[in-house]
Amino acid sequence: MAVKTGPVERLVGAYHAWATNGAARAPAWLKDLREGGIAQFREVGFPTMKQEAWRFTSVAPIADAAFELAAPASRIPHPAAIEPFLLGDAAPHRLVFVNGLFSPELSSVSGFPAGVRVESLAQALVTDADLVRRHLCKYAAFQDRPFAALNTAFVRDGAFVHVPAKVTVEEPIQLLFLAVSANDGAARVVAHPRNLIVIDREARATVVETYASLEQDVYWTNAVTEVVVADGARVDYHRVQRESGRAYHVATTETHQGRDSTVNLHAVAFGGALSRHDLRSVMAGPGGTLILNGLYLLAAEQHADHHTTIDHAAPHCASHEYFNGVLDGRSRGVFTGRIIVRPGAQKTDSKQTNNNLLLSPDAHADSQPQLEIYADDVKCTHGSTVGPLDPRALFYLRSRGLGEREARRLLTYGFGAEILGRMEVAALRAQLDRIVRARLAET
Amino acid sequence: MSKVLLEVKGLRVAVAGNEILRGVDLMIREGEVHAIMGPNGSGKSTLAQVLAGHPAYAILAGTVTYDGKDLLAMIPEERAREGVFLAFQYPVEIRGITNSYFLRSALNAIRKHRGQPELDPMDFLQLLEDKLKNIGWDDSLMNRPVNEGFSGGEKKRNEILQLAALEPRLAILDETDSGLDIDALKTVANAVNELRSPDRSFLIVTHYQRLLNYITPDVVHVLADGRIVKSGGPELAHELEAKGYDWLRDGAMVS
Repeated sequence: MAVKTGPVERLVGAYHAWATNGAARAPAWLKDLREGGIAQFREVGFPTMKQEAWRFTSVAPIADAAFELAAPASRIPHPAAIEPFLLGDAAPHRLVFVNGLFSPELSSVSGFPAGVRVESLAQALVTDADLVRRHLCKYAAFQDRPFAALNTAFVRDGAFVHVPAKVTVEEPIQLLFLAVSANDGAARVVAHPRNLIVIDREARATVVETYASLEQDVYWTNAVTEVVVADGARVDYHRVQRESGRAYHVATTETHQGRDSTVNLHAVAFGGALSRHDLRSVMAGPGGTLILNGLYLLAAEQHADHHTTIDHAAPHCASHEYFNGVLDGRSRGVFTGRIIVRPGAQKTDSKQTNNNLLLSPDAHADSQPQLEIYADDVKCTHGSTVGPLDPRALFYLRSRGLGEREARRLLTYGFGAEILGRMEVAALRAQLDRIVRARLAET
Repeated sequence: MSKVLLEVKGLRVAVAGNEILRGVDLMIREGEVHAIMGPNGSGKSTLAQVLAGHPAYAILAGTVTYDGKDLLAMIPEERAREGVFLAFQYPVEIRGITNSYFLRSALNAIRKHRGQPELDPMDFLQLLEDKLKNIGWDDSLMNRPVNEGFSGGEKKRNEILQLAALEPRLAILDETDSGLDIDALKTVANAVNELRSPDRSFLIVTHYQRLLNYITPDVVHVLADGRIVKSGGPELAHELEAKGYDWLRDGAMVS
């Protein structure tokens, strides 16, 4: 009699097969980490819509499909094929990953200031093991996050960036994660990229992390990025999700800030049939500044869920969160903005806005702020809107001579431009602006 | 006498089933400045919005002829391209679009209609600089999103800035003076005076007489209960300031 294997058992089985074969040579601490991840995932399984954090998003399509880890010998795309995803001369440094595994052929890393590390995590686990061990999985806790637990079980590659104290890396560092048809195209591929970005005291760097695909395949990306920003440091971190329209994309981004540090975090989501992005920012030292700036541009049947948590754990920090959604077709956007102000986090200044533009009567948006304030001398504001274009604004533009179609396009474009305008990397802004304009031309 | 630019005859207008304008007659010649005054709810702003083509209003009767054409048959953007401009009482905020981008798009739509070449960003900035110099303003509002985070005074100033850039033939100012302190009022009034010309007419809708201390109109009309009940020279504005509106309302009822 055949025993029907459930989705969780199937993944646990895949883990054991991999752990005893491909991953057997890992150091003990890393093995322990992976074992902890798989044990947690086995215990909690896939989330269900009965759970508060998942009430608007069903992951059944991911759980029900069978995905395989890509074989290390994935096809390497031609360098010309990846150019549309790069930033040209503006970002000469890049790490490129194909189905989650580092591709030295497509990467280009040189000419950094002394002590700066920009390399694959697989390499760093060999050459910078102590540094990696000190930070890896120290921030992105996976107790309440099954996908982060699963990613931790399968940790093997991703990007490692370390900027030592008082060093500034001027040019943006790009991390490009490409999905390509693999395993002879017979199976659906899953990648679990794991990224660790460590910016030491008073250092500064700019990172652009891009997820893209050369084909319109069904595949699954399950990424985790930990960004550690020490006292007085600054990072401008950009995350661009432009996966295949049939892909599943699940991600956790965790930032951890020290005293007087600055994080400008930009996240745009254009692709994926189903995507879920958990962003958690911990402001652990006083005087920190955080900008969370996001845009989701969806059409057809796309579903994108952004679940953000800003944890004010120290006093005198400022966080400004702006997320805009533009939803066409039968798409659905979900935004949760949780803000925690811990006891003692006095003088917190927190501002959150989420504006959703519905371009079609069948599009849908859910917006839910969650404020948990345990300090009494704080300033916390939030606002959210869901609706079609403002008729007053349409009339205003038409009364200035713009045709109705052009007026609609301009107002819609504004929802994207407002978010893109906060990014300082001009080449990236221009690249994303072209995508937004192209998408609007289709509507 | 100069040519008639706008002629309103027997205009009756309703919004949501309520008749607001009950037969308005008005004639404005090229280069003239007309003021429309009246108590709250008299229909002043309705008249301004109807002339600009606001879709919320239903025309029950009457005609509006602009430059020999049927204005009511035109959609709002056609009116704008033909030279009608409304300075809004409550200017709308447009997220993500800079004033400069917005104004260039609008100007190019109008230029295209006139058969003029469209302006690129550099040419536009040059032209704008010249226009601003004429009214003595700088371009500090240009790189901010349209009206977003503007103070009340800045919003009103921005309307006049658009007026200066788009060069309409008929400029309608809908309570541009409301919410302005005296300094901001003077700034706006001076700019309007600079923009007066023999081929540009103004229709200034206001509740108070004080704006007319700085912009001297050719004709003052009093609108009450949806009808123009009295017209006169600039002195009528002072009379209204001194006596209020009630004497005219009562007079209108008996006559």
